[in-house]
Amino acid sequence: MLNNLRFKTSKFIDETYRVSFKFNNKTYFGFKGDTLASALLANGIHLVGRSFKYHRPRGIMTSGSEEPNAIIQLHNNSSRTEPNVRATEVEIYEGLVASSQNCWPSVNFDIGGINNLLSPILPAGFYYKTFMWPASFWEKYEYFIRKSAGLGKSPKVADPDIYEHKYIHCDVLVIGAGISGIMAAKMAAKNGFKTLLVDEKSYLGGSSIYDNSEFSKINNQITSSWLEKEINEISKLENLEIKTRTSVAAFHGYNFLLARENITDHLPINQRENKVRQRLLKIRAKKVITATGSIERPLIFDNNDRPGILLSSAIKKYIDLYGVACGENNILFTNNDTAYETAMSLIQRGIKINAIVDNREQIDSKISYEVEKNNIKIYKGYTVVDTYGYRRINKISIMKLSKDGQTVIGDKTNLNCDCLGVSGGWTPAVHLFTQSGGKLKFREEDQVFIPNVYPSDQISIGSCNGDFGLEEIIKNTLSSIKKFLDIDNSEYKTVETISGLNQSKRNIWLLPSNKSIGKTKSFVDYQNDATAKDIKLALREGFRSIEHVKRYTTTGMGTDQGKLGNMHALGIISETAGTKMGEHGTTTFRPPYTPLTFGTIVGRNVGEFFDIFRRTPVHDWHVANNAKFENVGQWKRAWYYPKDNENMHLAVQRESKAARDSAGILDASTLGKIDIQGTDASEFLNRVYTNAWSKLAVGKCRYGLMLNEDGMVYDDGVTTRLGENHYIMTTTTGGAANVLGKLEDYLQTEWPELDVYLSSVTDHYATISVCGPNSKKIVSKVIPDLDLSDEKFPHMSFKNAKIDNIKCRVMRISFTGEHSYEINIQANFGKSVWEKCMEAGKDFNITPYGTETMHLLRAEKGFIIVGQDTDATLTPIDLQMDWIVSKKKYDFIGKRSLYRSDTIREDRKQLVGLLTENPKEVLEEGAQIVADIKKSPIEMLGHVTSSYYSPNLKKSIALGVVKGGKNMLGQKLIIPMENKNINVTVADPVFLDKEGERLNAKL
Amino acid sequence: MFLINCPFCGEREQSEFKAGGEAHIVRPKQPTELSDDEWAEYLFMRKNIKGIQFERWNHVHGCRKWFNMVRDTSNDQIKAVYKMGEKPPVK
Ligand SMILES: [Zn+2]
Repeated sequence: MLNNLRFKTSKFIDETYRVSFKFNNKTYFGFKGDTLASALLANGIHLVGRSFKYHRPRGIMTSGSEEPNAIIQLHNNSSRTEPNVRATEVEIYEGLVASSQNCWPSVNFDIGGINNLLSPILPAGFYYKTFMWPASFWEKYEYFIRKSAGLGKSPKVADPDIYEHKYIHCDVLVIGAGISGIMAAKMAAKNGFKTLLVDEKSYLGGSSIYDNSEFSKINNQITSSWLEKEINEISKLENLEIKTRTSVAAFHGYNFLLARENITDHLPINQRENKVRQRLLKIRAKKVITATGSIERPLIFDNNDRPGILLSSAIKKYIDLYGVACGENNILFTNNDTAYETAMSLIQRGIKINAIVDNREQIDSKISYEVEKNNIKIYKGYTVVDTYGYRRINKISIMKLSKDGQTVIGDKTNLNCDCLGVSGGWTPAVHLFTQSGGKLKFREEDQVFIPNVYPSDQISIGSCNGDFGLEEIIKNTLSSIKKFLDIDNSEYKTVETISGLNQSKRNIWLLPSNKSIGKTKSFVDYQNDATAKDIKLALREGFRSIEHVKRYTTTGMGTDQGKLGNMHALGIISETAGTKMGEHGTTTFRPPYTPLTFGTIVGRNVGEFFDIFRRTPVHDWHVANNAKFENVGQWKRAWYYPKDNENMHLAVQRESKAARDSAGILDASTLGKIDIQGTDASEFLNRVYTNAWSKLAVGKCRYGLMLNEDGMVYDDGVTTRLGENHYIMTTTTGGAANVLGKLEDYLQTEWPELDVYLSSVTDHYATISVCGPNSKKIVSKVIPDLDLSDEKFPHMSFKNAKIDNIKCRVMRISFTGEHSYEINIQANFGKSVWEKCMEAGKDFNITPYGTETMHLLRAEKGFIIVGQDTDATLTPIDLQMDWIVSKKKYDFIGKRSLYRSDTIREDRKQLVGLLTENPKEVLEEGAQIVADIKKSPIEMLGHVTSSYYSPNLKKSIALGVVKGGKNMLGQKLIIPMENKNINVTVADPVFLDKEGERLNAKL
Repeated sequence: MFLINCPFCGEREQSEFKAGGEAHIVRPKQPTELSDDEWAEYLFMRKNIKGIQFERWNHVHGCRKWFNMVRDTSNDQIKAVYKMGEKPPVK
């Protein structure tokens, strides 16, 4: 014995390797191989936190991922700080720093403990009923509730660690390396299946690997020795990959699973440099074998949550695996034989057991006789009715159970202890199975849910399938794996097992007490402080569905998803409601099985890879010239180019004026470009655009409007006829991918007879638009060979040209209402051509402008922007664009919808111009438009869609949609704002140069 | 996440595909001949079956081809995939 709690153990703890760590600011020592929980227990520490609602002292309850209480914050105050970590899963390393997550202001003294005294007035739904009213007070309550509720702290700075994702494809995935998982993996790998075996723990073998009892033997060997040889054998198999510290988080359809592999979390910080911390494995398995084992159930009795109360299997694991005694005066409380295994482990080490309290009247198993032989008093047919001790259990009261188990009889007996192990039998860990869509069935004999209907090629084996006895586990594993993998050779000849355990159990979901239920605190969900009383109250208040009771009482809603107590909640509901257990089903287990770090989820997709963006070929020039950028879809577009100390408004005013007074230049490379070829290309365009295309001559451009089949405007852009059977279509920047998808859809599914081929060429070309009265002079300097005369190159036409021997396409088209040229050139020459234009335009004050100025210039002309002035509820008629809708064409996408009863209504919202009474007043985009502010409620007529101050018109202009707006020209309307009402007049949406004189001016 | 057997490329992960709603709804050849009700039937009415459903899918991040799929929506099992224009292989 190393100290009074630490015992020498064989292989899992390295006593030569001392590890120091800090918990709640105090330094302790443990050994390599310890978890934080085992090291704390070895130091006599049970109290590790406070409960969520009543702030009751709570201790370590389990030894695994099901832990509800020992929730800690790792690496306090550092960039690596991490909340919601289970002390039972953390392997200690030199320099580990941790603190209780829920202990404000400290673990030993707390303000919230007052809730414990107030608990009679803190029933289920208390927070819902009280703090939600009045609604405005919530913010004030929230501060204190959150502060005292034990939610962890997230780091304040960037995570310094590296994470990654990895795909794995395998024939067979085995989840869980307990005895059945090991056997299954061996059978699969030896029969030629490419197999992956994962386990969440750092070691293989599950709980059998420390089963050194004489009472369970395989082929006449102690279970642990037999299993060690098996592990030794499979670790040499070529077909088998084994991953420990790997927890399967999610089991999706089609055998797609996510697992988190912990790579460095158990290493001292200084050994983690430049290593991947955690890896998210994306596993596609042809077959999945789930061998996730089972979780021991606690028992539900009054004050069943004191520090020092643990699952009996946890006490066994702490002593057998870590060599740590959880107490010096132990009592075990059970309804089945499991606790007797724990008793034997304690007896072997000479640790004192004061008594065993067993719900069962009759106990008939070899192991129980052996325990009795060691002079341990067994109280048969008894139950614990109360426990005592504030920061650590020191006493229990027991009473005799009535025959039906519903009441207690006789006198109370008090027994002293400093540790109470409880066992309520076992719950198969079916979480992953149900996540995958599997259906459970309820087995009455021992009150467990087990897998029933498998939704994919998978199987559950071992205790997660409801096989609890050693003989059963081995026998059923062998036969079901043989069948599942369709193999003859099981790799196992005869496997003889001996077990001293009997599977009998006396299941009572809520143990009776000598007190009325209202006076007890029997916890069902430890993490969320939900008691049996809360569940009964919810039922009294009319809740019936398990999902509703869960939400009202918060049972099972903690980070542990109620791994311990969900079954008891179900049991209490059906007992109280008088229904059958199987009928309620279970609540839904959702991924992840245990919490995942954000780092693991995002992997390498951080920083600039978090949301990748597209750069135009001219991007670097924009950056070098101080452009501010705007996100348009995935693109970064130059928004405006502030000079000196200009703000956005000043920059845009300057850019807009320059573009109309002399020359402006815009990077339009982001516009979608679709190359259309084929003998039916013209017919295709006829069908997808509202206007006619058959007569467009080669070398000409035309603006087109595309509708959805419901008649609403979908996209717009200019399409150019490059050749007899060759067009290039431009789309909006944001719509490019969807337009291509839509066109492909019609081509492939509705009109497969058309000879048309589409290719996206958006990224292949840089598009540079030069506009303004001096644009012609500038372009003629850049492309001297090109005849720019109006006769040879009129508006809405296109020419092939060359710049320094590089082919380019020049279109004379305009989105600003100015004389302008659009140069399209192979993307990698985009920047140099842009620079050429800048150089050529030097003498003409050529001014680069961004998207904001582009929007302003087109608004002056009343040109719409699809997606800004339209919102999928506007037809071309609503936009006053009747001129572009062909009357002659028999059909086009959306045509029939233009005269549905709804689309021909006169009072639809229609696009209009808006002029403010005060020309300096600029409206807010999105502002509501009304006619009568005295009416209550005020009738909303529409809203402002685009609004600018026009430096060219020296007044505020806006576009908006207004009900029946078409017939309201000249009418006064009101824009009600927070502090004032703005008077506006409905105007023609074309504010500037309606006759197109600027466009057609002789330059 | 489904594994979808694209009739042109073979088995690929669902993330490469886009669902496109109910299959075998033919666009009327003469929309102008239809009443509002008949047009609305084509335009808006779609089945949402719990069970065997015929659907359109597009291998949008692959070959860009549209194809049809028969899927049991109650358990997401894909019963068949087939090219546009082909007859559904199961009833
Ligand atoms: Zn494909």
